[in-house]
Amino acid sequence: MSLRAAQSIPVVIGVVIISFLLTRALPGDPAVYFAGAAADEASIAEIRIALGLDKPVIQQFFIYVGDLLQGDMGQSISSGQPVASDLANRLPASLELTLVALILSCGISIPLGILAATRPGTWVDHLCRVLVTAGVSLPTFFTGIVLIYLFYYLLGIAPSPIGHLDFISLDPDHITGFYLIDAALIGDWETWLGAAKQLILPAITLALFTLAPIARMTRAAMLTALSSDFIRTARAAGLSNRKVLYVYAFRNALLPVITTLGMVFSFALGANVLVEKVFAWPGIGSYAVEALVVSDYAAVQGFVLAMALMFVALNLVIDLLYTVVDPRIGFVAK
Amino acid sequence: MTDISTQKTTRTQGKFDHLIYVLRENPVTLLAFIMFAFIILSALVGPAFVPYDPLETNASRALQAPSWKHWFGTDSVGRDVFSRVIVATRLDLSISVAAVALSFVIGSILGSIAGYWGGWLDSVLNRFLDTIMAFPLFVLAMGIVAALGNTIENIIYATAIINVPFYARLVRAEVNIRRDAGFVRAAKLAGNSDLRVLAMHIFPNALPPMMVQVSLNLGWAILNAAGLSFIGLGVRPPTPEWGIMVAEGANFIVSGEWWLAVFPGLWLMFAVFTFNLLGDGLRDLVDPRKRT
Amino acid sequence: MADKTSRRNFMKMGMAGASVLPFLRAMPALAQGSDTLVVVTGQSINSLDLHRTGTNRPSYQVAVNCYDRLVSFGTKEVPGGGLSYDYDTIVPELAESWSMSDDGLVLTFKIKSKATFWDGAKVTAKDVKWSFDRAVSVGGFPSVQMRAGGFIRPDQFAAIDDETFQITLDKPSKLSIPDLAVPVPFVINSAVAKANATEDDPWAMEYLHKNPAGSGAFKVLRWTPGEQLVYERNDNWVGGPLPAVQRVVLREVPSPATRRALIERGDVQMSFGIPDKDAAELAELEDVTVYSTPIENCIHCLCTNTKFVPFQDADVRKAVAYAVPYEEIFQAAAFGRGAPLWGGEAEIKDTAWPRKTQYSTNLELAQKHMAKSAYPDGFDVPLSINLGLASWMEPTALLIQQSLAKIGINATIEKIPGANWRTAALVEKRLALHLENFGGWLNTPDYYFFWAYQEGNLFNSSNYRNDEVEELVNATLHMSVDDPSYAPNIMRMMEIVLEDLPRIPLYQPALNVATNGADDYEFWFHRQLDARPLAAS
Repeated sequence: MSLRAAQSIPVVIGVVIISFLLTRALPGDPAVYFAGAAADEASIAEIRIALGLDKPVIQQFFIYVGDLLQGDMGQSISSGQPVASDLANRLPASLELTLVALILSCGISIPLGILAATRPGTWVDHLCRVLVTAGVSLPTFFTGIVLIYLFYYLLGIAPSPIGHLDFISLDPDHITGFYLIDAALIGDWETWLGAAKQLILPAITLALFTLAPIARMTRAAMLTALSSDFIRTARAAGLSNRKVLYVYAFRNALLPVITTLGMVFSFALGANVLVEKVFAWPGIGSYAVEALVVSDYAAVQGFVLAMALMFVALNLVIDLLYTVVDPRIGFVAK
Repeated sequence: MTDISTQKTTRTQGKFDHLIYVLRENPVTLLAFIMFAFIILSALVGPAFVPYDPLETNASRALQAPSWKHWFGTDSVGRDVFSRVIVATRLDLSISVAAVALSFVIGSILGSIAGYWGGWLDSVLNRFLDTIMAFPLFVLAMGIVAALGNTIENIIYATAIINVPFYARLVRAEVNIRRDAGFVRAAKLAGNSDLRVLAMHIFPNALPPMMVQVSLNLGWAILNAAGLSFIGLGVRPPTPEWGIMVAEGANFIVSGEWWLAVFPGLWLMFAVFTFNLLGDGLRDLVDPRKRT
Repeated sequence: MADKTSRRNFMKMGMAGASVLPFLRAMPALAQGSDTLVVVTGQSINSLDLHRTGTNRPSYQVAVNCYDRLVSFGTKEVPGGGLSYDYDTIVPELAESWSMSDDGLVLTFKIKSKATFWDGAKVTAKDVKWSFDRAVSVGGFPSVQMRAGGFIRPDQFAAIDDETFQITLDKPSKLSIPDLAVPVPFVINSAVAKANATEDDPWAMEYLHKNPAGSGAFKVLRWTPGEQLVYERNDNWVGGPLPAVQRVVLREVPSPATRRALIERGDVQMSFGIPDKDAAELAELEDVTVYSTPIENCIHCLCTNTKFVPFQDADVRKAVAYAVPYEEIFQAAAFGRGAPLWGGEAEIKDTAWPRKTQYSTNLELAQKHMAKSAYPDGFDVPLSINLGLASWMEPTALLIQQSLAKIGINATIEKIPGANWRTAALVEKRLALHLENFGGWLNTPDYYFFWAYQEGNLFNSSNYRNDEVEELVNATLHMSVDDPSYAPNIMRMMEIVLEDLPRIPLYQPALNVATNGADDYEFWFHRQLDARPLAAS
């Protein structure tokens, strides 16, 4: 465990360096943005000095790293808040959306994968494959807008895509930042319902996009498991089909599915950006896009760093889950 | 009296027969191949046969619904959507093929080196790949294009960079397994240099799973370009490209001009779909054990 | 609406019913009633303090709604329906009366005795002075805007007694009093501000960034950056007629398609700042009222940079002016919203600005000018547009590109990201051919000319210089409108610039606002939401 953690450190360092260089390569000039409308050369130069942007790049880098080690991610130009608090405010919204979407997606794709695996080569199998592939073949913003058009605009059954919570309810006290959890913790079921309703369309949009990899992997893993010797023995021994399928085969197929889930989760966090834009979701993705467009260095760096750290943490969690699911797995330093 | 039975000599199971077998077993894969052929065809000869100039604007016939004159209708400045969709095939295919080819080559080289020689080269490469993979892919692409400017070349480079880890990892694993295999030792004994052994003997074994990854990435590259267009970092106007047509057309859906986004979207879906299914088919073709 | 049993109506009633339930954590049951209005916008507010460095334009509305100024502009009706601010009428806001000395240099204001801040403290001239000092001292845009009215140094402001405030100008200017009604010189509760100021931060920038301390019509109930801002009425407001609504909820929804769906279904009462296309189409619907007000003193134009060698040839510029497809642009980019600015008379008979230029689309004439010029075979030029304003700039640029190709000018479209646009276009002024959209806050033509045609000034992105224009602008900027030289100067300036064409006017854009259940929207030059006159219908 500690070895894996130690191996992540160079990755984090690499991420910090790359994100720093990347933001410095962005076209805009934060000093101009900061100086505001009607600013002239002189005031822009003043602002540049005030922001520390006139110093050589190396020096700026070390200042940044120094601040970082103290937990200071800098100040966001566009929001005027410390980047760390911006991220703390917006990350839970994205995580909530991605997690709900993933749960929804698993709920559909895993059964589909199992179904396809038990009937390989039949029309059921092909249909499943076509369905899930269709979901992943369209850009997320397109499906998002089409869903809004169909279910909100034409049919009126979806709640208004106005963001994390409709305007009637006030957001629950900030404990975790996840509206569903916070509202449940204080027993406020009306707000819980309001938050849940707002989640439906965006979660479906994101889920559609993640169906394919999970379903595919489930099917593949199940097929491998089902064709193995110990399953044949189990069947020969007379165990019921249901028991064979769910208790033995599925548990063995779980490992690669979890790996895929991890990959899909980090992929979805990135693809979030587009869904958040369409549904006015105040998440970390839309924060990053806005920051990128105005060349808000600190915000972009903070965002990238946060995501990378999450990815590293996620990998560690997955490794942990491995040992839970399959005790045979030790830690192979590779 | 025994008849001289003329036994039908069974044809040896060659690669082509295997292909036919797979296609027959799997109608969906057959469909994918047909669709793929259609896409290649429209990329190659499409622009010569389209009815209108994809760049010609005519504000007086803007936003017309699909009709016999304009099969897919017209867009906000009066251009024929059908012509633009077909012409865009070439550009989108070029972008995805170029990006995937680039990452394929770079990934293969890096992965082969790391897998074959191992040691500190391997560790450094691993950390480097991990660093790239630690970035949310789409955001990294966004960052690169924002930094370098949104030209088609930069979009290709950005897509290529973020895909390198997949190939590098794959090749590294395959090369590593076979590094000490018998046939490799034999080849070396026969006097082949390390590089030759790597390139001619080991690497071809890594090709099959890579092919699958290639077809999947082709689809993903197109979606990536579309996403970049939605944020405004895609190709420059008036270039016809599916992604930017969907992105711009998406805003017209609510006002009822669905054809601006739906047709390019369908074509995009069609292409990505084809590549995905093709990937599945290639997987079957290449390694029957790994069917998904 | 009474006979409509549409699904939309049913849903609305359902929601209203649900909202009456005793919510512990929800806003009081008046949510769907006549006491709350929901407004959606695509822009994001990034500070509650206009004077702070880095505050963006959409944030200016907080200064308008939550703070008072000494005076304000009156209201007039717009031909075609709707209301607008009236530049020619100054009305009291914080000051109940004012006087000007005979030489026009000293302005004295009497503050309303009943004016109080939200915490109950009386608004005194000391607060006004502190706020004005702040406005001219912080630098950046606020100070530049203050200078336009002749407010430059703190020593010009004096608090004579609690209710009397005096400004001493260096020279008399017709722009001074109007400049007091722009969002910038707002009055802050200096006691609260000073209590939260530090040595490093004497103007309490950090505190006022998130905690407004004013006397305005609305308080900020809640601000969630990037999501929403909730205004709540200040029942003790004396700056004007008390707002009709108790609460205004401003929601930030980035996607225009989503905003359109919301306003059409009536789930929000106002969609502020919608694209021209949506405006044109929503206007056809029964429930939705669309106000498209041509923005005063604002022109969308095509700029030919005088530093780009081919554009130094007068015939080339004329050729470009005749090649532009004006009508097509107006329809494709603006959907007919706004005012056309081409096809007028060459002879200038009044000082109305913007005015229709004497140019119109005439390819033959354009070709003749090209043939006469030093570039009969044409040339290549990049046509730059601001990515952030692509909604009108892109179709316009495409149409211009096509048209210019017909006279031999090969224009390649260059999309410059919003972050970089100011530097490239306005500070470095290096764009050869580009689209521009400057609009002046103070509605006099000389104000526009000052910013857009005087050498070195920010919005003169064409590097234009004309000696006569320099003289005229300097002479006229502070001159009173009644001065006999005023009109002739203005007309001569217009004549010159429309002949020289560093900026080719295309059309005057409109600010589009759609309402579905809200009334009494007023257009203001700052193009932000003034929530004070709004009422629910």
